[in-house]
Order: sequence, then structure tokens, then C-alpha cells
Amino acid sequence: MPGVNTHMSFLEMLDVLNDRLVRDGKEPIAFDHDCREGICGMCSMFINGRAHGPLTGTTTCQLHMRFFNDGETVTIEPWRAAAFPVIKDLVVDRTGFEKIMQAGGYVSVNTGNAPDANSIPIEKAKSDEAFDAAACIGCGACVASCKNASAMLFLSAKVSQLALLPQGEPERRERVLNMVKTHDEAGFGNCTNTGACEAECPKGISITHIARLNREYLRASLTK
Amino acid sequence: MVESLKMFYTSVGRKLVMALTGLFLFVFLLEHLYGNLLLYKLDVGKAFEEYSAFMAGNLIIRAVEYGLFGGIIIHILDALFITLANRKARPIGYAVSHQSKNSTWYSRNMGLTGSIILFFLIIHLRTFFFPHRFGHPETTMAYDVANAFQTSWYAALYLVSMVLLGSHLNHGIQSAFHTLGRNDMKYRKTLKSVGTILALIIMIGFASFPIVFYFDLFGAATNILAN
Amino acid sequence: MSKLNSKIPEGSLERKWTQYKSTVRLVNPANKRRIEILVIGSGLAGGAAAASLAEMGYSVKCFAFQDSPRRAHSIAAQGGINAAKNYANDGDSVYRLFYDTVKGGDYRAREANVYRLAEISNAIIDQCVAQGVPFAREYGGLLDNRSFGGVQVSRTFYARGQTGQQLLLGAYSSMARQIYKGNLKMYNRHEMVELVKIDGKARGIIARDLVTGKLERHFGHAVVLATGGYGNVFYLSTNAMGSNGTAIWKAYKQGAFFGNPCFTQIHPTCIPVSGDYQSKLTLMSESLRNDGRVWVPKGKADKRKAEEIPDEERDYYLERRYPAFGNLVPRDVASRAAKQVCDEGRGVGPSGLAVYLDFRDSIKRLGRHVIQERYGNLFEMYEKITGDDPYNTPMRIYPAVHYTMGGLWVDYNLMTTIPGLYALGECNFSDHGANRLGASALMQGLADGYFVIPYTIGDYLADEIRNPATATTHPAFEEAEAKVKERIEKLMNVKGNQTVEDLHKKLGKIMWDYCGMARNEEGLKKALGMIRELKKEFWSDVKIPGEINDYNNELDKAGRVADFIELGELMINDALMRRESCGGHFREESQTEEGEAKRDDENFSFVAAWEFAGDGSDPVLNKEPLTFDVVHPTQRSYK
Repeated sequence: MPGVNTHMSFLEMLDVLNDRLVRDGKEPIAFDHDCREGICGMCSMFINGRAHGPLTGTTTCQLHMRFFNDGETVTIEPWRAAAFPVIKDLVVDRTGFEKIMQAGGYVSVNTGNAPDANSIPIEKAKSDEAFDAAACIGCGACVASCKNASAMLFLSAKVSQLALLPQGEPERRERVLNMVKTHDEAGFGNCTNTGACEAECPKGISITHIARLNREYLRASLTK
Repeated sequence: MVESLKMFYTSVGRKLVMALTGLFLFVFLLEHLYGNLLLYKLDVGKAFEEYSAFMAGNLIIRAVEYGLFGGIIIHILDALFITLANRKARPIGYAVSHQSKNSTWYSRNMGLTGSIILFFLIIHLRTFFFPHRFGHPETTMAYDVANAFQTSWYAALYLVSMVLLGSHLNHGIQSAFHTLGRNDMKYRKTLKSVGTILALIIMIGFASFPIVFYFDLFGAATNILAN
Repeated sequence: MSKLNSKIPEGSLERKWTQYKSTVRLVNPANKRRIEILVIGSGLAGGAAAASLAEMGYSVKCFAFQDSPRRAHSIAAQGGINAAKNYANDGDSVYRLFYDTVKGGDYRAREANVYRLAEISNAIIDQCVAQGVPFAREYGGLLDNRSFGGVQVSRTFYARGQTGQQLLLGAYSSMARQIYKGNLKMYNRHEMVELVKIDGKARGIIARDLVTGKLERHFGHAVVLATGGYGNVFYLSTNAMGSNGTAIWKAYKQGAFFGNPCFTQIHPTCIPVSGDYQSKLTLMSESLRNDGRVWVPKGKADKRKAEEIPDEERDYYLERRYPAFGNLVPRDVASRAAKQVCDEGRGVGPSGLAVYLDFRDSIKRLGRHVIQERYGNLFEMYEKITGDDPYNTPMRIYPAVHYTMGGLWVDYNLMTTIPGLYALGECNFSDHGANRLGASALMQGLADGYFVIPYTIGDYLADEIRNPATATTHPAFEEAEAKVKERIEKLMNVKGNQTVEDLHKKLGKIMWDYCGMARNEEGLKKALGMIRELKKEFWSDVKIPGEINDYNNELDKAGRVADFIELGELMINDALMRRESCGGHFREESQTEEGEAKRDDENFSFVAAWEFAGDGSDPVLNKEPLTFDVVHPTQRSYK
């Protein structure tokens, strides 16, 4: 494609392409994007057979054209999952993630009732691990790359974060049961531990959080 | 209790069933391997026969045997449910998908390896288990084993199946630990290695029988067949 | 008589907010259920407000143009959030935070508002921790602090380089809980395109469903705008691609005054522009200036590689000009200095519009591993984008538009000049005066959303309990929708030759060249003419493909750019009027002998609140005089 150089980001390459389409009086390719800094989680493309393209630990917006060869044909597809219906071109509907979060991805605390922030010390290692889980940007690459279109990594990241923190303790059981139920109802597949999600997650979220989710789930089910 | 059982309807619950039945079957494999190794005693199959007789005669073991078949059936049915649900979760596939870049072949093909192992299992039971459990064979079990592996295609089928079983277990064992919630950062590598080592033990152990008997290594086949 | 009443409560500075809270009117729970509130925007301010108001029992609807509230641009804030906790035992206090903020804003903010902000800051941290926000901790398990941008205490709470993300996810989780409970209804992929007023009060909005293109009417007893900044007027900025000023612009045109529109923060450390295809700029955290040294070659147009230029031919200009603060001068000062050396022809890189941020000396002094520990993720990000390894070759940086201090004028209650219309967070003219300090944006957004609006909105709504919801068939809704429809059709029917991007880029260039880091009378007057021409050009030559009633991002963008052009004009007018330099606003005519910004307190110690006077007419300036009872304005010096 002419007009593309190696300094461009992948999305800027699409901008150039769309610019040409618009000038030719055609409709541009629809794709989701916003912050272009790798944090909002809006961009979502399956590039050359991989979620967010060939570079690991990178969102589509941070992928640059120097990672492709001159003259190479690039295949771009939307996330494919029953739970992520395509809206248009590369834009998908990720409402399934919203539903999972609404089913328990929070600590029930009303504004204005909080005790002093330092009243409960939290072990640094635990707090750091909670952060690792909380780094999820909700882009959906885990679902897109999972052969079963399972959202277990996304779900486990939130369950794990809140299970590691004392603030999450009171709702621990209800949370995991409700979130798993919602996950299934939203049409995501079953996790079979292939680890593809972890390999493709732009934020490097570990499947050890899925193990913690399983443990939480087992515990919650047996003590109900 | 009833509430607790509900969990098996969910995705995580089904996974737990897979893990628990899988581990149970794995324990049986270890025990089975121990029994088979008695064939290498070069005592004309005597120890092996005693062991077989004990297994067939002990009431507790017989009860466990039903559990075993139950385990196999649940393991298969559960796999079927999971696979069907997963198919539904992605009705339209990708035009281009490079899964080899993010996951291993054996982790993605549990269904395939499992199905072949099931096929093998049926043949295996037909050759050895059914005639001895339900029939009145003229030959001993040890003789049947040594004899069966004289047929090259049969020995080859065993060999291939055992390699696939190894592949199945390589993912299965560590995956089961993971499913049961034991996969922390600290033990991650260890668990993976333990899973692989156990899978290798089973694979090499069972695969040795067709090789040893077919080539009559250290006279194992002659020892049984000639007497 | 001034049309502006800031409604600052009586009493001493320290008592104002406490007294206000205990005397403000309330709405009883049964009535709250019947009162509907629309919140536009789901970032820190909007998300926090939507969740808190829903918790209180109001019926809340929240609108976001992204597919989830979690994606609002607050998420991209890296550094941290300030609070006067004094956990570090370094003598911090509410007063100090207040003082630093007023001074940092170059004495162009309201004392009472800033004091309230500082007071509330501590409760924000408590709230976020209770939500499960994983702030950085020390080994003892208590919260860690770091210091930021020039202040003398460590009061910044942080969560690695992703503080904004973690805080937003906290607010988002509170929203999720209220959505689940049914108190809050979320409208994702929706954009507010018009404000509906009935009898002079804000009574609803017209929203466009960005998937279907359909227009929707929504009633609200009150409308809360929390739509962020308008930095994308400049085309290139660190804002997200979709960040826009449409909602506040519609409010302005319906009668909400616009405060200090020309106050823009230019952040000194961004990755420079590399080509005209570039869509946005990426910020590199301010913290890098702790260990990086900023320099350019002494000679003009020096094309040698950075490593080949010996020390005696390098000009570490910040250290030279500001020996006391060196590389850590405030953002506005650092940005202007970079522009000056580049204007002299000493800039580096292919465009000549960049300066070096060099870690060579600190790597030598501290070792590579220390630098890696401190800035590893930033270095990685830089390398991903530019392909250069900052461990071996200095980073190239250049200032970029980052934040807009200006916004809708609001009183102490955060209400605009339209009754029932509120503005929160970056979209109001804010507590930051003419320059915002690092780690204060997150603080303000959450303060407004969690702790201010839940109190102040009751004061207005207490009078609304007798008013049932107005049916959206009311003529005001009909009229507003017809107006929006007409405008969209007009846009689609131009069928010109230039793309929306073309025109946006032209706007950006005018704004950056004449209303950017340095402004002067002549340039601004020229720009005013250019921008009026551009407006005509836009409405006669824009080309928008696709359909109205479909997913059509080009149409979305066109509406936003049309508003940006008008907003740009107002910014120029404001910059032209303010013949002084203060904070981020640098008028070349008003500088000290050494080339530093020179304030004119005698003539310009006021908030400029602009009033819309109809299309084609000049906006009317209203002044809210600023009085300083507690802090005394002095000339800032970092020498």
C-alpha cells in the first residue's frame, strides 16, 4: 500500500487507508480506537491471525508498521465470538464484559463511608499482585485468541484482584458465583487452560489468576 | 448440598469435573502400569497372574472398577458438553489464525487425542479385559499380552496411542492442578514440570510393552510364550 | 451589575465548605427516586458523579461515546493523584496543598474552590482504597507517596504508571454496581448533540446513538456535563481521538458562559511529531525530568548524532537559565523554553522540532539497572513508538497540548449560568487557574464527582421535587431535535472535496501557530481572520461519506470539528483580550527582561466568562473579579 512508512502505527496506517477511501467517495473501514496509548482498551483487531498483531504485550494502537515487511499482505479481522457480535467491519459489541462486571466486579461501598486509607495495612506482595490483575484494559484479546472464546482471563483478573484485597473479603463468595454465572450466560466459552489468553494479553495478565478464580469458585460453592 | 451441586452446571464447575475425573483416571493408569511391569519379572507371568487374580477377586477393587468406568463416561460426556458449548461460543471462525504462536498443540487438541485414546481403549478392552472378565479363556492374561504384541500393526497401534496418551496427560495433569486452583506464580514452573514428568512416566512405561514384546527384548516374550 | 454570582459561602476560608454542607438543602429519599439526572461523560468526574448520585437514590442516566464507561480518557493519566494526607510526615497540610495549587495556577483561580478541593482530597484517597484501588504500598503495608512537579512535599499517591486507569476502574466499578441495582442506566456509544432548555432551565438532551445514527430525547431534572477537555482543538494533542468539546459548546451556545477558554496546558515531555499522518501525541511522564537532562546543540542546524556532540557544544538550557529548579521547572516554563531554542533553529530530529532528554549522565551515575527500575516501562513505550533505544541514544521530546484549564464557567455549586446545568472535572473552568500542577487533574475530577456535586445538586433539586418529568414530546424537545437533524443534513449535503481530517488539521495548525505556546496581538488577529475563513470553508467544502442513520464515524467527527472551529475562535478572542502572560498563557508583549511570563494583576485579575451572543456576533465578555484574601499574588520565579 502506498503512503505507508515504518514510523506509522498500525492505526495510522488504517487512517491513511480510510483517508484514501473517503477521497474516492467510498465508506471508510469502521474500527474502534480512542486513546492510542495502549490503555483505554478500545482497539481490537485480529491481525495476521493474532489478537493485536504479531508483537506480544502490545495493543493494536501501539503496534508500528516496522514490524511488517514491505509489500506484505496483512489480514485484519474483528474479534470473533458469539458474545462479541460484530457491529460493523472491525467494530464489535463487548457488552458481555460489562455484564460480567455488573454482576460483582466491585466492592459495595457507598461514597463517603470509607475509613482512613491507612487503617488496613495490606501486604505489599499481595497489593502488587492485585495490581497485576487490575491492569486489565478490558480489550477482549483473551476472548479473541482463546480457541473456546472464553472470557475467563478477564473475569479472573477482577475476581483475583478483589480476592487478594481485604476490601473484597465480605462479598467474596457471592461475587465469584455471580460473575461466573453471568460469564456463561453471556455466551462465552469454557476455559480449557491452553494459555493462549495469557500469551496474547497486551498487559501480560497471568493465568495464575484463573487458578485463583477456580479456587475461589470451589471454595464458594462448597461453603454455601 | 444441592446448591453446591449446581456448580457443576457452570463453566468452572465442568472444568472441575474434568480435572477430578482426569486425575482419578490418571491414578488408575499409575496402578495399571505397576501391574503391567510385573510382566518383566521373567517368571512366566506368575506375579502378573496373581496380581490379575487379586484385582478380579477383591470386592473393593471391583467396586472401584465401576467407579472407573463411571469416571471414564463422565470424563467423556463432560468433554462433549464442553466442546459443544465452545463450538457455540465461536460460530464464525477466523480466516487466518496462528494459534501455534500462543499455545501448544497438545493443549489445543485434547479432544482429538482423547477421541483416539477412547478408540484405542475399546480395542484394548476387547482384546484383554472382556474375554477374561466375562469369558472363560484357555490362555492366561500374560500369554495374551505377549501374544498380541507379536502382531506388528497391533503393536504399532499401541505405540501411537501411548504417545497420544502422553500428549493428553502432558496438558491434562498440570491443567488439572490449575483447575483445582493450585497454580501460583511460585509453583507454576514446578507444576508444569511435574505434569510433564508424570506424563512421560506413563507414556514410556506403557509404550515399552509393545516394543519389548514385539522385539522380544531380554527374552520377555519367549519367557511367557514358550512356557 | 454583573451577571455572575459565584455563590461563595460566607465565613472564613476553612469554614466555608463545612458550613455549606451542614446548611445546604436536602431532597428526601422518596423524592430522589422521582428525580432524573443526566450525566454526560463517564470519566473520573462523570463516573464518580453518576455512581454517587445513583447511590443516593436519584434516577441517573449516563452517556459515553465509547463502548464502555471504563474507556474514558481519564484512564490515560499516568502519574498520580495529590492529597494532603501528610502520611510522609513532611509537613503537608490542606493549607499547603491549597497554597501550592493557587500559586501553581498563577493566581487565576478562586480561593474558595481551591480550598475546598484541598479539603476533599483526603477523602478521595479513602474512598478509592475502600473500592479496592491497588495504590502503591510500602513494605509495611501502608500507602506510598512520591513527589511531583516542583512542590516540596511528597503528597502524590500512585498506582505504578497507571493511576488514572486504576481510579477510573474504581469509579467504573461503583457505576457497575448501580447499573446492576437498576439505579443507573448506561448509554454507551451515545453522544450528546444538543441541550434542551425549558423555561430557561436545563431539562434534557438530544443524544445520537453512534451505532444506528438515530437521535434520542432524554429528560432530566438536571444535566451534569463531565465531558473532559477540548485539547483536540489543536488536532494533535495527548487527548484521545474521540475527546471533544461538543457538549460544552452546545451548552455555551444555549447560554452557559465559557470561562478562560484560552488557558491551555502544553506538556513539555511528549514524543515529537514524526509525520503529517500522525493522529495523536503520546505523553512521556513528567517524572522523567527527575533524571533526564534536557539539551540542544549550541550551534544551529547541527545534524550530527547526539552521541557525537561533545559536552562543550551542548546547551543544557534549563539548567543554564533556571539554576534553582533546573530540569524540574514547571510545565509551562519548560515548554516555552523548548519552543524558544527550536525557534532559534537549534532543535533536533528530522523536523527540527524536538529537544533531547538525555539519561547518559544518570546511567553513568546510578547504573543502568536503577534507571531501568525507575523508568523501564516508559523507555519501553518510547522504543515501541520511535524505534530508538533511550538507554543508548537520548530521547527526543517536544511540548504538546495536554490539558485545558478553561471550560464552562461554574459557581461554587459547579452550576453553570444555565440553571440545572452543571459542569464537572476538566470541562469546567476549574480550580487550576492558568496552569495545572501535576497530579491535580485526577484529584479535581474525583472531588467534583464524588464529594461536591452530591451535595450541591440537592440545593437546586430541592425546588424540583414538585415538577414531574416532562414528556419528551414537549415542543422544546421537538425543536431541539429538529435543529440537530437540520444541522446533520446540512453537513451531509455539503458534499465538498475536503475530508474532515483535512479541515481539522488546518484548524490545528492555526491554533498551534498563533494560539499555542506563545501568542501575540498580531498573530492572534491574523488567526481570527483565518479561523473565520476556515469556518466558511468547512461548511462549503467538507466531504462526509456514508449515511446519516448508520454507524458513521466521519459524520461523528464532522460534528465535533465544526464545534471545535467555533471554540477555537473563542479561544483566540480570549487570548487576544488577555494582554498579560499568566501560567500557560504567554503573551509575548507581556514578559520580563529575561523573557519570563509577566502577570498584570491590576488589569487582569479576573475570570473571563464569555457569553454567546448569536452566530456571527462577537461574544460578550463578563468578568468575575478574583480576590485573594489569604494568599498574596507574587511573580513566580524559578531562577
